[in-house]
Amino acid sequence: MSPVGWVLSAVAAVVVVSLIVWMVRSRAAGSGALPTRGRGERLDDSSRQPGVRQLGMRMQALLSRPGMSEEVWQELEEELIAADMGVEAAGLVVEAVRRTDPPGADEAKEVIRAELNRILSGVDRRLRLDGDPSILVVVGVNGAGKTTTVAKLAARLNESGHRPIIGAADTYRPAADTQLMTWAERVGVQVVRGRSGGDPAAVAYDALQAGRARGAGAVIVDTAGRFQTRHNLMEELSKIIRVLGRDGDRVSEVLLVMDAATGQNGLAQARRFVEVGVTGIVLAKMDGTAKGGVALAVERELSLPVKFIGVGEGVEDLIPFDGPVFVDALLSPA
Amino acid sequence: MFETLTDRFEGVFERLRGRGRLSPREVDAALAEVRLALLEADAAVEVVGRLLDRIRTRAVGAEVSRSVSPGHQVVKIVHESLIETLGGRAVPLVSGRPPPAVTLMVGLQGSGKTTSAAKLAYLHKRAGKRVLLVAADLVRPGAVEQLALLGERIAVPVFSDSRSSPVPLVRAALRRARREGFGKVVVDTAGRLQVDRALMRELAAIDKAADPEEVLLVLDAMTGQQAVSVARGFLEHTDVTGVLLSKLDSDARGGAAISVKEAVGCPIKLVGTGERPEDLEVFHPERMASRILGMGDVLTLVEKAEQAFDEQRALEMADRVMKAEFTFDDFLEQVKGLRRMGSFGEVLGMIPGARTASADPQVIDREIRRSEAIIRSMTPAERADPKVIGGSRRRRIAVGSGTSVQDVSGLLRQFGQVRNMMKSLSQGKAMPGFPGISGFGLPGGAPGPAAGGRRRGRSPGPPGRRPRTPKKLQKKKRKR
Ligand SMILES: Nc1nc2c(ncn2[C@@H]2O[C@H](COP(=O)(O)OP(=O)(O)OP(=O)(O)O)[C@@H](O)[C@H]2O)c(=O)[nH]1
Ligand SMILES: Nc1nc2c(ncn2[C@@H]2O[C@H](COP(=O)(O)OP(=O)(O)OP(=O)(O)O)[C@@H](O)[C@H]2O)c(=O)[nH]1
Ligand SMILES: [Mg+2]
Ligand SMILES: [Mg+2]
Repeated sequence: MSPVGWVLSAVAAVVVVSLIVWMVRSRAAGSGALPTRGRGERLDDSSRQPGVRQLGMRMQALLSRPGMSEEVWQELEEELIAADMGVEAAGLVVEAVRRTDPPGADEAKEVIRAELNRILSGVDRRLRLDGDPSILVVVGVNGAGKTTTVAKLAARLNESGHRPIIGAADTYRPAADTQLMTWAERVGVQVVRGRSGGDPAAVAYDALQAGRARGAGAVIVDTAGRFQTRHNLMEELSKIIRVLGRDGDRVSEVLLVMDAATGQNGLAQARRFVEVGVTGIVLAKMDGTAKGGVALAVERELSLPVKFIGVGEGVEDLIPFDGPVFVDALLSPA
Repeated sequence: MFETLTDRFEGVFERLRGRGRLSPREVDAALAEVRLALLEADAAVEVVGRLLDRIRTRAVGAEVSRSVSPGHQVVKIVHESLIETLGGRAVPLVSGRPPPAVTLMVGLQGSGKTTSAAKLAYLHKRAGKRVLLVAADLVRPGAVEQLALLGERIAVPVFSDSRSSPVPLVRAALRRARREGFGKVVVDTAGRLQVDRALMRELAAIDKAADPEEVLLVLDAMTGQQAVSVARGFLEHTDVTGVLLSKLDSDARGGAAISVKEAVGCPIKLVGTGERPEDLEVFHPERMASRILGMGDVLTLVEKAEQAFDEQRALEMADRVMKAEFTFDDFLEQVKGLRRMGSFGEVLGMIPGARTASADPQVIDREIRRSEAIIRSMTPAERADPKVIGGSRRRRIAVGSGTSVQDVSGLLRQFGQVRNMMKSLSQGKAMPGFPGISGFGLPGGAPGPAAGGRRRGRSPGPPGRRPRTPKKLQKKKRKR
């Protein structure tokens, strides 16, 4: 649409929207007798999320099995939602379990367990280290745990003899490099830094070159926190990844660090970050009460494997993701 | 694209076009949808149940008048209940303590404490207070340096001693604050899990030493179902006086706000809206309620519209919009009203769906001005019936407005398209480019005049076209 068309639609939209809500309000204030009829046409059904619709239908349906009352089903579903799995994923899981027609709540729970494990099966969770040096980029929203995860990964790779080097490509956050330097010292690895406010892609590239020159087996790049809605920052991230491949290298892993306490925004994050090439998830802060259920919803929808979980603030607190253990924790009472 | 609550309700009430009072069954059907919306927004399961009970009590038996769909009616009740749950009005920060008055920032790891400490210090500073920041996070690598840099940026001194431990450090900071006459002290603390006994005991000790007027729990707006447990955990060990909801500039719906307020009664006082020291705002319950329900900032929009437009005229306008009789004069009038509401970018941002559309507000503004110039060069007859504008008239208008014939033709063509679009909109179809719009359920037919004189400055008059004296013709040259 041309700019003029845009303007007109904008104007029309503002007018129409405000008038509608306005009418609703003035009516609500008891003033109006505005004759109305229903909307002429129904919204296209395909615009609705299938899971949500099914769920709505299901909730209205009645089930009269002894032992498996509607309340019990709702409780089971709410348990999953309480673990941050989200309404849609939880609804679909419960729906699948319902079809197996379990005789009681305990049996239902076992089927749920199996179903969750099924969702989490069939993806490769190994860390890919196939470059020379292997390039790992760590990304995510603000405060998720990226920098700490970089340190933990460095410690891990150091231990397994990969001789990693770190690129401090978060040039934005105050003292991000100091934080990383402290960690690197503890771990015993080198850090390539740039100027505060400098070009993060340049720092990342410098780190790669330094890594190559010094014979490092892996280069781990820390990046600034960014919301997936910030177009420019997402572009900046694409550029970092692009520049790292400039000399024909392939970025082995782009890891999205997600705070385990994240709610449904985690899905929005994953959907957008996948577009810039994320290959896996690190679920940080799993040592708290958070169950991290949104990661399960993400895996279900995007087949994006959770590769590690963070379980503390020490460098050793990064462990490979284990599906069955995760599911057990998810289903255990808070 | 998230479908708005109203949209869903329209589905629920599709068959229930009955009038009179809302029946329990109708209300329950609607509330099932409300439940989904709240849970999708991360409101805690336990809290949603209670909220729904309250809403049900209110909604059952509520009168549904002929003019409004039951869906709208329930949305309104839900929205009002949420606002109430969120505290109704903004709760101000504590004040009046003799200096040095201390604020303690507490919360989980990475929630935004350090950044928010600097933001709050900056807020106090701008209010003319002398502020001291205290770096009492001695755990996280680089925490002291982070606060030092932030303090430097806002020119607020930072008290630190990385070899001390939090309690003695806070005591020393307070001694300095008293000695040097600081009015406000903002203490950053280390992130901690609410279930970490040792660290929570430490926090209680810091709290005791600081004797704060305010303990702000910094909560990430993206937080999911854990919000209740987090708030309870912190409240158990410190007297949290308020919540600071950080990272609200994300696209998280922020149901955690409801969870915390409803479960532990802690008022939300401030919101963080960015990484810079000035990105701190007062919490607005009604905006938060709209956000949680996925209603955009429509209510703010309506408020502004109420101030900017005359209701009677607006109703007439709606009538014409729906009959596709919208004229260029109407366009000019709308633009004028819109200007009173704020910048176009701002207004657009409040329309659900429009926010995501890629349009540069500055480009829009420029285009609107150009369109205005063109329209002002038309005669009243041309404005009322653009079909009469042929080739020679286009040339005249182009010259008069300092634009080209193509510009004029473009505007005419677009105007025709938009009129058609409005027509299809009024028939309940979604507006292309504005997926959110369809969510408001357009009542078809012609709205009659609203009774009740809620508006000041009402301009009575017969609906339909009225001759208007054209505004002074502007013939400024515009460059493109
Ligand atoms: N308990 C716990 N804390 C963690 C974990 N991972 C990170 N943290 C803490 O979370 C906080 C934020 O971690 P950072 O690594 O700085 O997060 P970030 O994503 O780099 O943050 P920005 O760069 O500001 O976006 C720090 O206090 C970390 O110590 C974890 O697995 N468990
Ligand atoms: N966009 C945005 N970012 C924020 C906001 N508040 C904090 N941040 C960012 O979130 C990250 C974490 O913020 P910090 O202030 O370091 O969090 P913290 O709670 O002090 O973290 P720890 O001390 O490690 O527990 C940083 O990258 C901040 O810039 C906000 O309101 N909006
Ligand atoms: Mg970081
Ligand atoms: Mg901090």
